[in-house]
Amino acid sequence: MAAFMSLHDAIAANLRAGDSVAMEGFTHLIPYAAGHEVIRQGQKDLTLIRMTPDIIYDQIVGMGQAKKLVFSWAGNPGVGSLHRVREEIEAGRLAIEEHSHAAMANAFEAGAANLPFAVFRGYKGVDLPKVNPNIRSVTCPYTGEVLATVPAVRPDVAIIHALKADREGNVMLEGIVGVQKEAVLASKRSVVTVEEVVEEFGPRNANAVILPSWTVTAIAVVPGGAHPSYAQGYYKRDNAFYIGWDKIARDKAVFLTWMEENVLSKGPEAFAAHARRVAMAAE
Amino acid sequence: MSAYTPNEIMTIAAARLLSNDDVCFVGIGAPSAACNLARLTHAPKITLIYESGTLSTRPTVLPLSIGDGELCDTALTTVSVPEMFRYWLQGGRITIGFLGGAQIDRFGNLNTTVVGPYDAPKVRLPGGGGAPEIAINCGQIFIIMAMGQRAFMDKLPFITSLGHGTGKGSREALGVKTRGPTQLITDLCIFEPDPETSELTVTSIHPGVTREQIQENCGWPVKFAAEVRETPAPDETELSVLRDLHTRTKAAHAA
Repeated sequence: MAAFMSLHDAIAANLRAGDSVAMEGFTHLIPYAAGHEVIRQGQKDLTLIRMTPDIIYDQIVGMGQAKKLVFSWAGNPGVGSLHRVREEIEAGRLAIEEHSHAAMANAFEAGAANLPFAVFRGYKGVDLPKVNPNIRSVTCPYTGEVLATVPAVRPDVAIIHALKADREGNVMLEGIVGVQKEAVLASKRSVVTVEEVVEEFGPRNANAVILPSWTVTAIAVVPGGAHPSYAQGYYKRDNAFYIGWDKIARDKAVFLTWMEENVLSKGPEAFAAHARRVAMAAE
Repeated sequence: MSAYTPNEIMTIAAARLLSNDDVCFVGIGAPSAACNLARLTHAPKITLIYESGTLSTRPTVLPLSIGDGELCDTALTTVSVPEMFRYWLQGGRITIGFLGGAQIDRFGNLNTTVVGPYDAPKVRLPGGGGAPEIAINCGQIFIIMAMGQRAFMDKLPFITSLGHGTGKGSREALGVKTRGPTQLITDLCIFEPDPETSELTVTSIHPGVTREQIQENCGWPVKFAAEVRETPAPDETELSVLRDLHTRTKAAHAA
């Protein structure tokens, strides 16, 4: 059964130095508050897994907590580079395991399905298999077709942000649901932050994802916890923040000052302001 | 006729190639602008799919990211990312994949991964994202890119997604059954693969652009088709719909 805990305790109990961790959320519901808690606690030598590292991994990499990045598209969407990630890769200080989106999505699914690898039609005529020895192939025993394979992703910890939990500790998300269900089911432990706790989920979208309480390790209530990403029906993506991040991350000293003022000296309660502000603007 | 920018005619020329019957896998940026312009002008029934899982989406402003809430709010339905790549893309449900890229070669292979050696990059680019599988699993591929010596390369440092490989027959030799790049729309002209060699060949030149200009902005010796058309200039409707779309988008992203 999922345990309701403070965000501090949930991260401290579940993430250790040297762990592999997947903080998922495909543009929507990126777990920023939880990522900031990881930065404050300072677990090092992490293997960071995410299809689109986004600003959250730019921040964790920039704070020197990652030894390896497993990813498929490392940019600031619609804006440009993730400057902290890019600088570390270009300087040879960050190990990478690079895939395509299809490979990562299939690898998470294989992890959730308790399979050793994923099989799919991909990586034809391209150079990534030459530089990533984990990209291999298998011959179909029925048709003889050669198909691409990648190892299943099996993180030590999945960290996600969801919309709601009920009192039993079941978790619900809807909208763009990404690979969070697969990430949680593929991982040994999971931490979920939520916008709110409700008596009952009530009416929900046809594509809503429910993670039963017994698949989740810890739940922390953090309203606004996805900002500057968004929470469908709660607050919108802060596109202006994503555009503004370019200038902050470009210079290491500016970045470190920003992190001190906005992450290290703050707590998860700071995220509530984002939820409130957007709620007021909507009125 | 209003004056227009090279970027505008590129987007408009790309939009014109799309029809109501197309099921289009849309990349962010210029492809997204072209696909939505088509939807807002001559192809209102075009099906647009973004890799975040949104099927048949009809955004009123262009998304900054591939997963903006706008895409989900206006979609027929939204599926998980593994389902998107497995059932819809790999399942062969997409007729046109619409890609941009950082660098391209004469056979429409694309690089969005790295400039310089992979292990010691001069410039680390974002990487492939969905492109490697979009390039082989969509019925055909449209590419939209502004020309320039650093983008149109004689030899790519890295192949992120497959075009026509090293020429005619490359895709078939790899067991790939889809057509690959059939249109490359640029700010100066349109290229299509030569039927004999699959080399991208200029088939339409935008008004006022010279062959010399095209060559100056391309890193390989450009081939021109036997008959080269002039791209029709953008009309008032195309320009006003595109500009309105960009104005709405800019206001929405700054908010």
